[in-house]
Amino acid sequence: MARAVTPARKSINTAAAWTVALIIFFPILWTILTSFKPEPVAVASPPVFLNFDWSFENYETVIQQRGYGQFFWNSMVIAFGSTILGMIIAIPSAWAMAFVHGKRTKDLLMWMLSTKMMPAAGVLVPIYLIAVYFKILDTRFLLTIVLMLMNLPIIIWMLYTYFREIPVDILEAARMDGASLTNEILYVLTPMAVPGIASTLLLNVILAWNESFWTLNLTAFNAAPLTKFIAGFSSPQGLFYAKLSAASVMAFLPIMILGWFSQKQLVRGLTFGAVK
Amino acid sequence: MNMTLRALLGACAAAALAGAAAAQTSITVATVNNGDMIRMQGLMSDFNAMHPDIEVNWVTLEENALRQQVTTDIATGGGQYDVMTIGTYEVPIWAKQSWLEPLSDLPADYNVDDLLPSVRNALSVDGTLYAAPFYGESAMIMYRTDLMEKAGLTMPDSPTWADVKAAAAAMTDKDNEIYGICLRGKPGWGENMAFIGAMNNSYGGRWFDMDWKAQFESQEWKDTIADYLDMMTNYGPPGASANGFNENLTLFQQGKCGMWIDATVAAGFVTDPTNSTVADNVGYAQFPNKEGVDNHGNWFWAWTLAIPASSDAKDAAKTFVQWATSQGYTNLVASKEGWRAAPPGTRTSLYENADYAAAAPFAKMTLDSMNAVDFTKPSVQEIPYTGAQFVAIPEFQGIGTAVGQEMSAALAGQKTADEALAASQALTDEEMKAAGYLQ
Repeated sequence: MARAVTPARKSINTAAAWTVALIIFFPILWTILTSFKPEPVAVASPPVFLNFDWSFENYETVIQQRGYGQFFWNSMVIAFGSTILGMIIAIPSAWAMAFVHGKRTKDLLMWMLSTKMMPAAGVLVPIYLIAVYFKILDTRFLLTIVLMLMNLPIIIWMLYTYFREIPVDILEAARMDGASLTNEILYVLTPMAVPGIASTLLLNVILAWNESFWTLNLTAFNAAPLTKFIAGFSSPQGLFYAKLSAASVMAFLPIMILGWFSQKQLVRGLTFGAVK
Repeated sequence: MNMTLRALLGACAAAALAGAAAAQTSITVATVNNGDMIRMQGLMSDFNAMHPDIEVNWVTLEENALRQQVTTDIATGGGQYDVMTIGTYEVPIWAKQSWLEPLSDLPADYNVDDLLPSVRNALSVDGTLYAAPFYGESAMIMYRTDLMEKAGLTMPDSPTWADVKAAAAAMTDKDNEIYGICLRGKPGWGENMAFIGAMNNSYGGRWFDMDWKAQFESQEWKDTIADYLDMMTNYGPPGASANGFNENLTLFQQGKCGMWIDATVAAGFVTDPTNSTVADNVGYAQFPNKEGVDNHGNWFWAWTLAIPASSDAKDAAKTFVQWATSQGYTNLVASKEGWRAAPPGTRTSLYENADYAAAAPFAKMTLDSMNAVDFTKPSVQEIPYTGAQFVAIPEFQGIGTAVGQEMSAALAGQKTADEALAASQALTDEEMKAAGYLQ
């Protein structure tokens, strides 16, 4: 039986949840506020909270100096391209591991995860040399492939856990009715796993969007995404915090909006199978 | 062959030739986000009008990210960049590795003899120039003339450290948040160690003796660190161990520093009335020295444009580098934004220009400071290295940053000066042994 929740307890919980949420959100809020300040106010001590001349000047300067469109487009192509490519490979793999369980499946999963344990800097030079050899340095193609490979273990693991929650009996019933393997995956498994697939997709788009090691190191100009756009606004000599904040807001806003609209799917996916 | 076909072929050939003539060479320029570089990007229409066949793509990066990426690219022959912005530390090291294209056949109108001798020496290996200077800097004292007057003191043009300490004590007014002296404390070879390295030079110290043994146990280093910590603890701003160039710039602009000893390029910022509340009250003096030591820190840095040997558009890159570092470019900046904005510290002609001297009150002190630099001999003692506020060996980045962390910890009060120096000695010796300098 569920415990009774008193109104007092409920309001304490709500207040606690809001406090935690505000603490987590504060750096983002501060970045947004800073992006509207003039440079000297951005570094003023004591810090200025709301009482300053709000202006879009930083955004104008940032766009005028570097442009935005090309960086944004590159980020879109790389983040969605690598995730979709990863899903195409991961859905059949996760199906196999979830429903055709072999003796070595667990080892295989662990091995896949172990590839994430290697520090990225350790393989930078080999990958760089391969890219130089094939003349694909600074291309969206290279970034899409590399980010797909980086995130593939996570995609497979996430899908595997979601698929495990689906009763095998339903799939067997479909097979009894004469469904082919393709039909079984496309029309029976996938619709039932949509929340899981959606949240995997979204989380991996966010991961790929925010990835900064490979995107900074393997691009120069043509394939440079938003991470490179932000990286250019730090300065060794001179004030830059307000402009850097404006650039950051422009980089995280698209993905935040995407997250906002799909939060229902995301929450459903993340808690999928939690309640039996 | 019938006429129509022949005409068609001819037309195709003509079109192909025309296409080739109009074909653009595109070059990628990697640079840092400094004011002078951004100004150059805004003036590109002049270059594009002169060279419509060259398309310039800009990659702007944070200094350390730039250094890392350009190094990876150049060491693996990636060829992503055709022009890169590097400093005086990298140029001699990279030139010796044959990573840079020599700039030996510059045209007469570039007037290479106009480059300041100290700058030209620092960018040359065996007499060959490997990078063209975009702007250069030394270090000097910037001080508040109004606070000095209030304290009843005058700053000599070439003060000693004792003069500086006396001035710092007299100007400090902690109740009103005015600190006599602001110096770098943030750890890093190009951060606090740039300042501390220069200060140690001016105390007569050196990084290494002729056998590459680190010298942190010497009396010069002990005196340097003792005085640095003493000044910063008694007259410096709180939390100074996190302050770098930008933090001190902000403090000075907000009127919280009596003195700031840092790169000469800062003078352009602190006298800029749009951001600085003390723009009209700034005086300049040479980097201090210890009584009896003929060395004013030997601080020297230039942001330069260099062409990697891996570039596949070297001619176009050379054309661009010549334009960006020419006298013509300086005149272009002056005509568009006034003489105060001209890139400083590279050419003698700029300092002979009366308009510049009138617009930039810091011009003379900048030139004097730069002329006092000897890149081949940064210390008054015998040394096996060249350099300035840094040692021009590849291992210095790692060593400098590790020592910088020790010094920053001492400034934050987490270690004593002796502990920090002993740890620096141990870690430097270990690194130099591993690199094969020390037996």
